[in-house]
Amino acid sequence: MKVLVWLGSWALSLLNTLGSFFIFFVDGIRHIFTTPKMAPKVIRQMYAIGVQSLFVIVLIGLFTGMVLGLQGYYVLVKFGSTGFLGAAVSLTLVRELGPVLTAIMLAGRAGSAMTAEIGVMRITDQIDALEVMDIPGMGYLVAPRFLAAVLVFPLLTSIFDVVGIFGGYLTGVQLLGIGEGIYFGRIAASLTATDIWEGFIKSLVFALLMTLICCRQGYFAHLRKDGRGPEAVANATTSAVVISCVAVLVADYVVTSSMLR
Amino acid sequence: MTHETEPQAMEARAGWDICLEHLQAGYPGRVVLHDISAQFPSGAITAVLGESGCGKSTLLRHLIGLSRPMAGKILYGGRDFFDLPQAYFRRIRRRFGVLFQDGALLGSLTLAENVALPLGEHTKLPAALLRETAMRTLELVGLRDFADYYPHELSGGMRKRGGLARAIVTEPPVLFCDEPTSGLDPINAAQMDQLLLDMKMLYPSMTLVVVTHDLASVRRIADHVILVREGGVGFAGTVEALEASEDAYLRRFMDRIPNSEQGLLTAQPVDARVRSALDEWLKR
Repeated sequence: MKVLVWLGSWALSLLNTLGSFFIFFVDGIRHIFTTPKMAPKVIRQMYAIGVQSLFVIVLIGLFTGMVLGLQGYYVLVKFGSTGFLGAAVSLTLVRELGPVLTAIMLAGRAGSAMTAEIGVMRITDQIDALEVMDIPGMGYLVAPRFLAAVLVFPLLTSIFDVVGIFGGYLTGVQLLGIGEGIYFGRIAASLTATDIWEGFIKSLVFALLMTLICCRQGYFAHLRKDGRGPEAVANATTSAVVISCVAVLVADYVVTSSMLR
Repeated sequence: MTHETEPQAMEARAGWDICLEHLQAGYPGRVVLHDISAQFPSGAITAVLGESGCGKSTLLRHLIGLSRPMAGKILYGGRDFFDLPQAYFRRIRRRFGVLFQDGALLGSLTLAENVALPLGEHTKLPAALLRETAMRTLELVGLRDFADYYPHELSGGMRKRGGLARAIVTEPPVLFCDEPTSGLDPINAAQMDQLLLDMKMLYPSMTLVVVTHDLASVRRIADHVILVREGGVGFAGTVEALEASEDAYLRRFMDRIPNSEQGLLTAQPVDARVRSALDEWLKR
């Protein structure tokens, strides 16, 4: 009986959480269309999410590509097919690692900043001050971040992919001696528009997921039961990053499986 | 919807007087204010007094529409604030200026940007005019030279004055101030009082609600006082009537007499074990 009660309350709480996430999401999207003077707010957020994350994305992309080139070479050499290294690196990056690693890096860098900033604004009455000035917090803080993330994620993912392919080139061609023409020729022959679309769709889904989770954690930081004040903001930030990373990986599986059908 | 609920119509009919009818308010699982019935006259400064933790700030949150009452009504110009459709509720709230306890300035904006924020968000005025208006308002509170400072670069008193500048930039008919003088030195506190009196002179029809426990400030600025006590109204009337009251509690409150005539600290709070541990730590 106790197990049933526990299961029932767990299911209700899960439904409640999912419902509140959905309402928050719809409200955020609605405010994209109803908030005045959206452009400057979105540009500001694009700078925070995109430009300020560029260096880390390039760095991670480069080393991911270099490792893929190295690991791929030593697997392919066993089968005498090192000529496929370009195809292996590019397909892995464009379809899988590019969108996933970009989203995880952005959750750690931009997502945590979003949660912390909104959370601090919440506990210091700044969001209440906005509401009283008839400036909805959802429109001023959340909607621009949704839109900025949707615009910036695919761009950063593309940069990650290109830099990663260049990293694979550095190890495969410059270090291990595969022909340059073979490396890039295989990429051109094997990478299709469908692969690029798959990566693009994934980056959009991850953008919405990460922004939704990080903004919501900050927006309701004052309601957390595991802390008060600054501690609540710290806990919200940790939760935002962890939940975002898990959600990205789960969503990656769901999107991949639905697109491979 | 009839024109009765239009803010302009309300203003024309009854001014911006505020009336509380059997207000019950608090937070989930905790009632802080049990039964508050009071009047905040239009065009006057009303001070809400009370002991720390008596629910003054809770009352303010309800007055500005950030929390819904558990029961009872808050009437603006005779209309139940929380009974209005959302669009009208927001239109009424646009007429409020609110000074939060620590100013609640947005940390990512400069002082001038903070002050210009409500105008910038709700109007299509050019940036130069917004800046000029912000500077004029900052001049009023003595912060013109700090227009390009961020809130974390300002002192507590400056943040409060900055918050006041943002609250008055839309020339609201109702101004709420939460503890405007708390944490300020006597000179800055007096300057804040003077600013509120200047507001009153500049906008004679403005309804000012000041939540405070600063008696010197109340004596200087208030026309009307509401004292919150044990979740209800302990006193409502003029400052003179409050000063003249013979009620024992009010006398203690106004004359700053503690609850117990005996000292509260009858024994040392640390016992011998704690003392010796402290001594050991101090020797290290």
